[in-house]
Amino acid sequence: MNFQLAPDRASNFAGQYDALFYTFSAFAVFFTIAVFVMVVTFVTKYRRGKKANRANPIHHNSLLEAIFMGVPTIIALTMFVFSAKLFVDMRTPPKNSYEVFVIGKQWMWHLQHPNGIRENNELHVPVGQPVKLTMISQDVIHGFFIPDYRVQYQVVPGRYTQLWFTPTKPGKFNLFCTIHCGTQHSEMGGYVYAMEPKDFAEWQATGGNRFKERPKNLADAGKQLYEELLCNNCHMEKDNPRAPSLYGIFQSKRKMTDGTVVEADENYIRESIVNPYNRLNAGYGNQMPIYEYKKQISEEQIRMLLEYIKTLGSAPAPVTTPAPTARGNAAGGQS
Amino acid sequence: MSAVATQVSHQEKNYLNDENTIKSWLLTKDHKRIAVMYLVAISIFFLAGSIAAGMIRLELVSPRGAFLTNDAYNRTFTAHGVIMIFLFLLVGIPAVFGNFLVPLMIGAKDLAFPRLNLVSLYLFFTGAAFALLALIFGGVDTGWTFYTPYSSMYSNSQVALVLVGAFILGFSSIATGVNFIVTIHKMRAPGMTWFRLPLYIWSHYATSIIIILGTPVVAITLLLVVLERVFHLGVFSPELGGDPVLFQHLFWFYSHPAVYIMILPAMGVVSEVIACFSRNSIFGYKFVAMSSMAIALLGFFVWGHHMFISSQSMYQGLVFSLITFLIAVPSAVKVFNWSLTMYKGSVWLASPMIFALGFMGLFVIGGLTGVYLGSIGTDVHLTGTYFIVAHFHYVMVGGTVMGFLAALHFWWPKMFGKMYNESMAKVSAVLVFIGFNVTFFPQFIVGYLGMPRRYHYYYLNPDFQIWNIASSFGSTVLALGFLLPVIYLTKSLKSGAPAGPNPWGATGLEWEVESPPTKHNFHEIPVVTGLVYDYNSEADEAAWEEEEREMEHVTRGGQH
Repeated sequence: MNFQLAPDRASNFAGQYDALFYTFSAFAVFFTIAVFVMVVTFVTKYRRGKKANRANPIHHNSLLEAIFMGVPTIIALTMFVFSAKLFVDMRTPPKNSYEVFVIGKQWMWHLQHPNGIRENNELHVPVGQPVKLTMISQDVIHGFFIPDYRVQYQVVPGRYTQLWFTPTKPGKFNLFCTIHCGTQHSEMGGYVYAMEPKDFAEWQATGGNRFKERPKNLADAGKQLYEELLCNNCHMEKDNPRAPSLYGIFQSKRKMTDGTVVEADENYIRESIVNPYNRLNAGYGNQMPIYEYKKQISEEQIRMLLEYIKTLGSAPAPVTTPAPTARGNAAGGQS
Repeated sequence: MSAVATQVSHQEKNYLNDENTIKSWLLTKDHKRIAVMYLVAISIFFLAGSIAAGMIRLELVSPRGAFLTNDAYNRTFTAHGVIMIFLFLLVGIPAVFGNFLVPLMIGAKDLAFPRLNLVSLYLFFTGAAFALLALIFGGVDTGWTFYTPYSSMYSNSQVALVLVGAFILGFSSIATGVNFIVTIHKMRAPGMTWFRLPLYIWSHYATSIIIILGTPVVAITLLLVVLERVFHLGVFSPELGGDPVLFQHLFWFYSHPAVYIMILPAMGVVSEVIACFSRNSIFGYKFVAMSSMAIALLGFFVWGHHMFISSQSMYQGLVFSLITFLIAVPSAVKVFNWSLTMYKGSVWLASPMIFALGFMGLFVIGGLTGVYLGSIGTDVHLTGTYFIVAHFHYVMVGGTVMGFLAALHFWWPKMFGKMYNESMAKVSAVLVFIGFNVTFFPQFIVGYLGMPRRYHYYYLNPDFQIWNIASSFGSTVLALGFLLPVIYLTKSLKSGAPAGPNPWGATGLEWEVESPPTKHNFHEIPVVTGLVYDYNSEADEAAWEEEEREMEHVTRGGQH
């Protein structure tokens, strides 16, 4: 828990945005203090029982009223011009932008790069290159928001919306959904990884650092599938609000929501893949996306996943941080 | 001496004890009794909404929640929003103080349509019953904004029930609005010309115009959501050929002006209170009156500022932003005029005045942070975050609730004929002001940092925690500030000193009748000869000094 006062400035808009934000703040502070001083002065000076000149009070002054209206109007119109310019910039993506397609669905972000790389809840982008997001929702309205970039736009079903930015420094930045979209709204988020162009090119060339090697055995194939289906986004090394960890789950005793205890044998794990809401671990709700049996996940693939999950039973939990963090920071490093 | 006085005042017939059967209350057409019933009802709703707020603040102390599930949390903040907005803020000042004061202030014996007023009360109860049923049968998880297609197609909660409730509540508002407009037009006492009206009446006039123009739109919109949800009539869902953003347009067409329905009456209260406790005529009467009308009018042309990033066209957004900047001006005019009203006044820091000054402080911050949001470029980063939550709480709680409390403390002696414990009231005013700022100021910062609103968990960025802890701490102080009036006001009903017709030395027709007023308000219809704010700070100051000297004399005499 850090004591943070302002978000990072990590995109082309951030500096311009903050200049406007702090100018507005200066005006806000000035007017607040002006009113405060005026009120406190009058209250103390003319407090009942205090000697003061109260003769000929003024109840009307057209010049003052004109100032009260004129000054705020002029300030407001000036503010509007700068604010409008920033917005027009934000709505005008450059022609040479790198385009990424965003699909919002309850409750994850799905991103597709032009070369076929797919990501969930994370977005890898190159520093110094304008990035244009073309976004649509598959169910309800979502909001795509990267605070450190000062960009936000709604992701609407039935129509494409756009958003653009140029990342200005490498790093890992929050990505949030900002339109209330149901049960797991607050968990519909992830990270943007801005990478140096060289690292990004390598990341692209290696297909997002994934599926590079041919699987050596069934469990290995299961591991690749596990990452491809993005099971690892929620089933991390430790239990978390999204999902229980699968480390050591095989043949362990699991407490269900109804209080019964079930051994997580092959049948239970298979059932949890095909029909995850049937018997839920205590503390979890109907959260896991369903991969439609036979259409999206075959019996062969379930076997691969099972073999992989079984190896987790004996494998020590990874020493590094969980998957999303590791991939971003070690961008390009893995080969 | 006081015992005798109490006895006498108890024997007098007033609107409270005129008839004392339950039936006489439930079927009353007296605007004052209806106001009292509204007061009891909305106080209970405010308590319910506050409990939900307390649960939210408790839950947000930790990035991974404390005791609620995701669904329970979503239902809690929706309950908080729906109860506070539809059952407290929109009705609060108009239905309680508007009902009580509009006839009294203009010299009328009742509203133009007393029966319609009673119908409005029962529509309110019916609508509220639907909303409460929705809560009992599992709650609603859409947020009070009911954005489609989540509300119409996806939400698995009691959306239809609560929307029907809101639909009925809309008719209650419309009935009250029509009643006020006709009353203000047709029932003013002889000599009560438009520009002699109290500013409180002007703000209710402006509010009522908004109510009757805007409410039918939202009522139909909410009904369309119900039809889409229940009968799959395609209006808002793209899956059924509808347009989800259309809902936002229709909803905000009412719901932005609705913000002014909430704040204008509070501004009216503050105008009355500041004039009275400064012993000065309000500065720039016509400008303050006309600024209410300007706000009501301009308020209908800014709804799109809720939708800058909704996919509405860029040019549309720019126009909405420009008009929004202009609507800041009439609000600024009011604040400057209130401040100048104290100039050369005789400022008495009684509890209603402290609440009114608190209103000014908080409303200034609420208004100025509104500039960031009305400004289209800066809105992009802040909309949908806690910045907006902080902003509208500064306006709705800092503005409307402070205005409500100022009104409650100012007119309580008039309504019930009793004085409350003034020191306790001052403590409450200070606690509310401090508690409020500690609760909501950190939310500006955490919003600027990027914490989205309506978030149950924020483990994706644990740095938000420190600000949330500060906010939750502040909310306990705020709760204490709200709890105190419940205690000392209730106590005053039993053991408060008799208030007399005019405990504050205020001008205005309502202070010329008994406290509590008789059933028909005026024994004779008054004739008005000048502006309502007939204060003279210099003469008042001299009279007060005289009184002080006498008091001193009496005390000294007693010691001998």
